[in-house]
Amino acid sequence: MLLAVLEHDGAAMAEAAREALTFGRALAGRMGVPMHAALIGNNEGALVATAGAHGAEVVHTALHPVLSDYGPEAWGEVVAAMVRRLAPGAVLAGGSDRGNEVLAQAAARLDVPFVANCLDVDPADWSITRIQWGGSLLEDVSLSAEVPLLTCGLHSVAAETAETPAAPTVEEFAVDLDAALARTAVRDRVVLSAGVTLSTAPVVVGGGRGVGSAEGFAPLEELAELLGGKVGCSRAVTNNGWRPHADQVGQTGTRIAPQIYIAAGISGAIQHWVGAMGAKHILAVNLDPEANIVTKADWAVIGDLHEVIPAISAEIRARR
Amino acid sequence: MRICCCVKRVPAPGARINVTADGQAVDVAHLGFAVSPHEECGVEAAVQLTEAHGGEVTVLTLGAPEAAEQLRYAASVGAHHGVLVPTDGSGWDPQRTALALTAAIRTLEEAGGPFDLLIFGNESADSGGFQVGIRVAVALGRPMVGGIKGIEIDGPTVRARRETDAGFEVYELPMPAAVGVKEGINLPRYPTMRGRLASKRLEVAELAGDALPGGQAMRRLHRPAEAASETVILGTGPGAAPSVVDVLADLGVL
Ligand SMILES: Cc1cc2nc3c(=O)[nH]c(=O)nc-3n(C[C@H](O)[C@H](O)[C@H](O)COP(=O)(O)OP(=O)(O)OC[C@H]3O[C@@H](n4cnc5c(N)ncnc54)[C@H](O)[C@@H]3O)c2cc1C
Repeated sequence: MLLAVLEHDGAAMAEAAREALTFGRALAGRMGVPMHAALIGNNEGALVATAGAHGAEVVHTALHPVLSDYGPEAWGEVVAAMVRRLAPGAVLAGGSDRGNEVLAQAAARLDVPFVANCLDVDPADWSITRIQWGGSLLEDVSLSAEVPLLTCGLHSVAAETAETPAAPTVEEFAVDLDAALARTAVRDRVVLSAGVTLSTAPVVVGGGRGVGSAEGFAPLEELAELLGGKVGCSRAVTNNGWRPHADQVGQTGTRIAPQIYIAAGISGAIQHWVGAMGAKHILAVNLDPEANIVTKADWAVIGDLHEVIPAISAEIRARR
Repeated sequence: MRICCCVKRVPAPGARINVTADGQAVDVAHLGFAVSPHEECGVEAAVQLTEAHGGEVTVLTLGAPEAAEQLRYAASVGAHHGVLVPTDGSGWDPQRTALALTAAIRTLEEAGGPFDLLIFGNESADSGGFQVGIRVAVALGRPMVGGIKGIEIDGPTVRARRETDAGFEVYELPMPAAVGVKEGINLPRYPTMRGRLASKRLEVAELAGDALPGGQAMRRLHRPAEAASETVILGTGPGAAPSVVDVLADLGVL
């Protein structure tokens, strides 16, 4: 069987876990084996049902006091124990922070390879295409492992329920965990923003070096507000201290997926582009008609953003 | 505090990344090199911690001999020691890299005492394996958490913050510990005049190290297919605003 490791927050299944189940279902099909799921620190009926709806035939639940909240070491130890005892043909998780972290922990404990952020996996010979450079490059690898441990690249598949959903069997997986593993469990949570975040905003107004200063972002803020969106920025901007890093779009920032990304004064370097390419549409505002972002955008305005952005806001207000 | 920060030398590409004709490497013919961004912030975090609590920062890198440049850069922004585990510059797989780094850290600890904190980048900018730091920490028996965007030292404890969609998770690791940090944890400083002098004076220590290759072998690098796009130019200057707003109206985002 193929074992899909499920990320959850205790109540709801993470999007990355539903992606892993979708990716895993297809991979298990090619392997000719059933898909099972690992539900760590939880046995909620709703989570089991979601796993079943996405094609898991058996859900292995692991409960233990150390697992009462997420912790990379304890979760990794559970996955390692499952590999030893259940002998899956492959283990898969979503390519999120947690998915990659837990499988790396498990791989380290088992002393086996771990291939992060796979896009395409051929189980016949375990040749794999995976993400490098945050998606700017792809790498073909061949994997030789007792058991392949893989994550699928975040959002590389759209999560979909199975055509024939399973009513999964629940099997309790008894784990004996060292209480000391609680040392890496979450101790506390700080909630900063409820509501629209950069990664889920329907509109993002992005500013780059061309904005010129922290104050220069005021017109971008105004336009974002008019459109119910969020302000994003390039690394040149965070490096200059004009915006907090939480606003950065790109390889080492946030991946956005809005209906439209309005990119002003941004050249469109590849590391920025990989964070922006999930946008359905892109409108570039740039002085340079040859800028990379202009040639990749759906629409462009050639001009000074300091004049163009306020004019767009004024036009929106005039029409309302 | 004794802190060891592991960094990787990576090419610094611009608008696109080109691959050599044989598909075996990034074409670096016209590129500079840098410390991978997460680790650049890792060095800054380490230096800030020793400024606040005393102690020394050792920066460790495994890579081509030219990676000594990145150690000198680290010295120019406040790191005290630089250690290179030289390779032929080929891309080592994550298991091999982690084994060699683990051995190097053991050697450094035997000589100078244990490190209170090991700092890694969450993932390298190029190969992005998401695992070397975790493998080293597990081999050394240290608690390790990744995705860290805030570190405080509280007695024997490292309090670390990890960004989530809604805010932060807080972890409390007993030292000796390890963390994987992300860009945004701080804004790395620029080298000062004094820093540049320190970097010139840095004696890069070399540690021989190798390990058997792991199970993941690179075959070929290639660029993802690019969707051909035709850009519609809506106009020049502020006069284009009405056409822009027409587009926004068509998309239903007004
Ligand atoms: C490993 C690595 C990771 C990276 N990760 C990221 C990342 O996550 N996100 C990211 O953004 N970058 C990232 N970068 C940096 C990236 O390579 C670029 O340096 C950065 O994106 C450039 O920012 P920019 O487009 O704002 O600046 P520039 O490239 O300087 O472009 C400025 C643009 O503004 C235009 N302009 C100037 N003035 C005006 C004006 N008045 N009106 C209109 N247009 C104007 C110019 O024509 C130009 O096109 C990374 C780099 C590396 C090496």
